[in-house]
Amino acid sequence: MDLQQSSGFVQAIQLGKQVTTSEGPLVILDDINFSIAAGTSVAILGASGSGKTTLLGLLAGLDASSTGQALINDIDLGSLDEDGRALLRADNVGFVFQNFQLLKGLTALENVMLPLELATAAKPAEAARGILSRVGLADRMHHYPGQLSGGEQQRCAIARAFAASPQVLFADEPTGNLDQATGKRIIDLLFELNREQGTTLIMATHDEELASQCDRRLHLQGGKLVNQ
Amino acid sequence: MLLFSWRTLWRDWRGGELRILAVALVIAVTAVSAVGFFIDRVDRGIQQQAAELIAADLVISSARPVSADTEAGAKALGLQTAHTMQFRSVAIAGDKPQLVEVKAVSDGYPFRGKLQIANAPFTADQPTDEIPASHKVWVEPRLLQMLGLEVGDVLQLGAVPFTITQLLTYEPDRGGDMFSVAPRVMINHADIPETGLIGQGALVNYRLLIDGEQATIDRYRRQLENQSDDEENILSVRESRPELRVALERAQQFLGLASIISVLLAGVAVATAARRFARRHFDSAAIYRCFGATQNKIIVTFSLEMLWLALIASSVGVALGLLAQAGISQILDKLFLTSLPAPSLPPVFMGYATGIILLLGFAMPPLLSLRQVPPLRVLRRDQVPVSTRGSLIYSAVFLSIGSLLYWQVRDLKMVVSVMGGMLLTIGVLSLAAYGLIHLLGHLRQRVGVAWRFGLANIARRRADSVMQIVAFGLGIMVLLLLSTVRNDLLDGWQQSLPADAPNHFMINVQTDQVAGIQQFFQQQGVKQPTLHAMVRARLTSINGRKVSSDDYTSDRAKHMITREFNLSPASQPQVDNIILAGSWWQPSDQGKPLMSLEAKLANTLAIKMNDRVSFDINGREREFTISNLREVDWQTFNINFFTVVPPGVLDDDPASWVTSLYLKPEQKNLIAPLVKRYPNVTVIDVEAIMSRVRGIMDRVTLAVEFIFMFSLLAGLAVLYAAIQASQDERRFESAVLRTLGARRSILLRGLFAEFITLGALSGLLAGFAATTLAWVLAEQVFHFPYQFNPLVAVAGITAGIAIVGIAGVLGTRSVLSQPPVETLRRA
Repeated sequence: MDLQQSSGFVQAIQLGKQVTTSEGPLVILDDINFSIAAGTSVAILGASGSGKTTLLGLLAGLDASSTGQALINDIDLGSLDEDGRALLRADNVGFVFQNFQLLKGLTALENVMLPLELATAAKPAEAARGILSRVGLADRMHHYPGQLSGGEQQRCAIARAFAASPQVLFADEPTGNLDQATGKRIIDLLFELNREQGTTLIMATHDEELASQCDRRLHLQGGKLVNQ
Repeated sequence: MLLFSWRTLWRDWRGGELRILAVALVIAVTAVSAVGFFIDRVDRGIQQQAAELIAADLVISSARPVSADTEAGAKALGLQTAHTMQFRSVAIAGDKPQLVEVKAVSDGYPFRGKLQIANAPFTADQPTDEIPASHKVWVEPRLLQMLGLEVGDVLQLGAVPFTITQLLTYEPDRGGDMFSVAPRVMINHADIPETGLIGQGALVNYRLLIDGEQATIDRYRRQLENQSDDEENILSVRESRPELRVALERAQQFLGLASIISVLLAGVAVATAARRFARRHFDSAAIYRCFGATQNKIIVTFSLEMLWLALIASSVGVALGLLAQAGISQILDKLFLTSLPAPSLPPVFMGYATGIILLLGFAMPPLLSLRQVPPLRVLRRDQVPVSTRGSLIYSAVFLSIGSLLYWQVRDLKMVVSVMGGMLLTIGVLSLAAYGLIHLLGHLRQRVGVAWRFGLANIARRRADSVMQIVAFGLGIMVLLLLSTVRNDLLDGWQQSLPADAPNHFMINVQTDQVAGIQQFFQQQGVKQPTLHAMVRARLTSINGRKVSSDDYTSDRAKHMITREFNLSPASQPQVDNIILAGSWWQPSDQGKPLMSLEAKLANTLAIKMNDRVSFDINGREREFTISNLREVDWQTFNINFFTVVPPGVLDDDPASWVTSLYLKPEQKNLIAPLVKRYPNVTVIDVEAIMSRVRGIMDRVTLAVEFIFMFSLLAGLAVLYAAIQASQDERRFESAVLRTLGARRSILLRGLFAEFITLGALSGLLAGFAATTLAWVLAEQVFHFPYQFNPLVAVAGITAGIAIVGIAGVLGTRSVLSQPPVETLRRA
């Protein structure tokens, strides 16, 4: 497959996850199959406990599947060890979380610099300043997460996610901790940046309205994909 | 990577995450480098001043006059020679007697270094090339104060009145204060015969000082070694002042051990702080992983961050160590050497190594868990890494402390026993602390709400509480041992002596003076002393086999085999002797070559009953058969000998006599007329020597206490690390309690209750442990009854409450100042 075409191409083949509990094995995800074309936006919908977060974790290589394959750019994540998946994430993947996951001891600027520094990018501060200005936090760069409002924190998290120009962006309930108006502004920003950078966006949410803005919706119920 | 880890360090520092780690490291490095700098200075001082410390290039030292042949050999090679004699004697000023250390020197002395003299007390001194002229004496300034003399006054030494012409302020081959029991007086070698101070068998150190070209000296030395005269010891720059080196080695081991206690406690603080640091960095590690950092990158980043921290903290520690060593040098001023060279570089490396090893050993094991943080934690907070294996943690700790300890004491056996001792002590203290905390549980129902809250906190964080109690317990215990208990032990020992235990020794009495001296005391109404004859001899062979120091491995045996023995004839054993093997001789054994040997010495030299031992007595070989082994109580201050023979065996050999006697304070004025009549007799006042020894001990103890202060500081670091580790929990609890209506004062009282109790428990434990240790020392090691002093426990508890109580409340106070709503919103 042409590498250029495949950048940001995500695929699940018979993907499944089960864990052992004291009451026997528990199936969390079962036989998930789909392909997501590069540059598209996809919402994974489902109620609490339907397996959205688990699926996101498997697709991003944060967790190992029990059965099947998760592929990014045709690379089977299961064929890589933990460090191999980390390196793949470093080159291709960005994240936005429901609870922002900003490091409390770092300023907004330092939080955004972090993925650039880890990838040993040149002039990380300069790039981070640029993207922070882009998300409207130019005058809040030296504030700590505790000094920012929820919306500002999520904007900072989005800046961090896009700082390293990922091909695939995973978002886990990005507006879950925000009020409706702030949430809307955050989503607008997310889609805007997504379009600008041509990123593949995979978002777990239970918000139908938010999901409707995506190119495609995947519904999960009891760990199975019910329609695509 | 370097840059990123440096930035991470700065970010964590700003967040306050690393402060306690840094402080603990600084304390440990300061303690170790302070000791390191001091020992290094003395060591280099001894090396640099080696030739000065023997005042020549080569010295022949002997208990008898150095043979004319030896000196002729040196002169034949064109080497310069000079003589010195050193002995203790009693000088008299008016009617005041004073024990002095006489040194008689001949022209040419000293070949290396210079004497320094002053015209009057407290005036500037200057170097001189001269020595005292005939009938003139140079004295150490403190003698003037002791006897109320001035320059120009007369000091009687034996039969000769000497005029004090100069004050002797520096003498190159004297070393430090530690070895001088009495003040020095220096006279001309040529005056000695006239004084009549030296009788037969007198205890004198004769030295022949030699100066010349190094090649010639080496040639001469080879000649001497071939002659191998056991009587004459060769001292050169290489083996200059062995006693000084031994003292330094002891100091190094003792101060080194003291500093290791601080390192160990600082290590506990480091480990506690590192555990918290690791826990608080689970999220960072997960985010790093999420953004693509490999496990190795994470561990390298955190390791580099720790390395930066170790380097910075060690730099601060070394700088503070440099200041602190000035403190030790001040306390031990001139005890080793009169002048010390400037601090040098090697202890700096030691300081840095301590910082790095400490951090590697204590902080890295908990930090390794960061490598295992699952990236999924960014989605699920409940994902935590598996903790680092306990075996890894303990072996890292063991290895790092062991290696630092070895570095300090350079003795593997000692490292093993000290580590064993530490483990045992910590184990016993921990068990006791557990027990005490358990007992506290019963109190909880009987106290008010604030105290219940405080006591509950101690019980709930049981492991932390035990750690804190033990950490402070150790620190306070050592300080109690060094301060209160040490004095108790000394007092107890003095009280254990009978009131009329001898307090004076008389040595160097000649055979023809014995009757006169006994009569003198009888006339003065003093209980007539028993004088014991002794003949000097050197052990040459056991069962016909020649012995030398090479035959033995223990230092004590090597020393004993080369020293001179005093063979003493006696018809009856001393009252404090117990015959352990064989039997004492009968009157019919008079004149038979039998010998009674002190049992411990027999054991040291591997001599058994019925063995044949030969001694060189005055150039003549004599053989004795061991007929009994004796246990001797050396603490009675009675005159005792290692080697005793039947009467009549040594009648033809030159003997000197010794005795010990008790003089009441008002009888001390008898010494002056006695010494005037018998100038060669040396009277030693035990009390004066004891007070001198006490003075030296006080200074050494103060230096050790100074180093142990760092262990208390390290204890504080442990406390703060533990407080910090529980801070989030405390904040949350206090917020909940305040929401439920608890007043701030109640919460504050709860904190007081918690830390005062912790302090009291550490103090109690310390008091108990110090007393037990003192009891063991007194009863088992020194063999005298120990008087329990309840004040030790009181002092311990007071110290514990003061230190832990205040520091604890100060450390946790901020918990109360935060509005509860803020804490609850964050939780």
